[in-house]
Amino acid sequence: MGKKTSLNKLHQDNHAKFVEFAGYEMPIQYSKGIVEEHKFTRSNAGIFDVSHMGQLFIHGGEDLTADLEKIFPLDLKNLKQNSSKYSFLMNDSAGIHDDLIITKIEKGYLIILNAACKDNDFKILSDLLNSKYEMVLDDQRALIAIQGPKSVEILNNTIEGVEKLNFMTGNWFDYKDQKVFVTRSGYTGEDGFEVSINNDLAEGFTQNLMEKGAQLIGLGARDTLRLEAGLCLYGHELDTEKTPIEANLKWAISKERISNGGYVGSDKIMKEIQEGTSKIRIGIKPEGRLIAREKTKIFDDSEKLIGEVTSGTFGPSVNGPIAMGYIDKEFSKVDTKVLLEVRGKKHPASVCGLPFYKKSYVKGAN
Amino acid sequence: MSEVKFSKEHEWITVEGDVATIGITKHATEMLGDIVFAELPEKGSSVEKDGTAGVVESTKAASDVYTPVSGEVVDTNQAIVDDPAKINEDPEGSAWFFKLKLKDSSEMDSLMNKEEYDKFAKESAS
Repeated sequence: MGKKTSLNKLHQDNHAKFVEFAGYEMPIQYSKGIVEEHKFTRSNAGIFDVSHMGQLFIHGGEDLTADLEKIFPLDLKNLKQNSSKYSFLMNDSAGIHDDLIITKIEKGYLIILNAACKDNDFKILSDLLNSKYEMVLDDQRALIAIQGPKSVEILNNTIEGVEKLNFMTGNWFDYKDQKVFVTRSGYTGEDGFEVSINNDLAEGFTQNLMEKGAQLIGLGARDTLRLEAGLCLYGHELDTEKTPIEANLKWAISKERISNGGYVGSDKIMKEIQEGTSKIRIGIKPEGRLIAREKTKIFDDSEKLIGEVTSGTFGPSVNGPIAMGYIDKEFSKVDTKVLLEVRGKKHPASVCGLPFYKKSYVKGAN
Repeated sequence: MSEVKFSKEHEWITVEGDVATIGITKHATEMLGDIVFAELPEKGSSVEKDGTAGVVESTKAASDVYTPVSGEVVDTNQAIVDDPAKINEDPEGSAWFFKLKLKDSSEMDSLMNKEEYDKFAKESAS
């Protein structure tokens, strides 16, 4: 099996079933199972070990901001310190190398990268930045997410002050004489936090959250939660063959960068915004209980192939099957009837809006 | 009713007269996790020993259900199609999958008894 995170023993003690994910031995579920874990997160507070994800610290001054704007389609100059943005690392033709969260911190940026992409991202970013800045893919820190309606109360009991954070902002806090970086963010569609903490404190910190009522949740429920929330998963909805415009992620491109360009992939992005794309990411609701998994082919009623499913599962909170995929633009309107080919038979489904499950994030006054 | 027999594909089977009742084992449900979808063979269709006779899906993946013996499907359990979670709750009781009119009762001979299956399941799990 692969690399272990600092919570590996805690996962074992809690009867995790392990899978190898991006070279790491990670818990897919614990003894209660995916459906219970999913529902617990939506009603209470779930703890997710996401330490396999990359925590890239890049240090530099004004130059760094200007140089990163040549890479990411973001208005970083006007991004406030401790504020975060969802973005992506693209190639010249706007294919997506990775999707990420970037936070402006004192003297630089913190970028959270997908586990399977982080080493390649590091190389791409080093090259694009000509190794001009100090870059650390920090494996001395664990990353622990706590998600769900009770997460604010539970985490604030452990790290006082986190309740004041707004969604997509972060800050350094003290925990046991060390500094932890906490952002109010996550990938479940729930209010929640991600805590970057030294490896040697991670287990004790997690146990502390568990004593206050939070429970460990595996990658299985993380997948059903993010799919219900309509969020993309790299390697499924996103890859180098797909662009942010096709992925319906135009909202993540800063307005001024849409008109001005000047970042990697911007020519293609501008062209696609003007001319449109031939396919686009959509939500799909199969009729009945049928589950359409990744790679399921989508047909129109004349049996013409019009798309493919990229993720599909049973959504425990919507209590039915849900899927996302790419479809030819002309069929992308909500409520369009389509057919899904599962085990050689075609089954009815309709195109639907995203997310499948919606909750409001904490935005605050500012 | 006959003694419960088991297949290597983790189905259980009991026989009453010439009608067999078939389902998946508790061990199978534990391996699969939360079952959220079940598809059963059509009533009146014929199924062949070791052939596919249904599908179960968990939140994670789809798995075929095989029939350990040949025969004609005479009944199916609609309750597990309507509420697949029942399969996790009572796999070796009320959550049976389908009933067959046996074609060749000697096909039962190659199946395992409980003791043999428990040993097999334990070994195949490790």
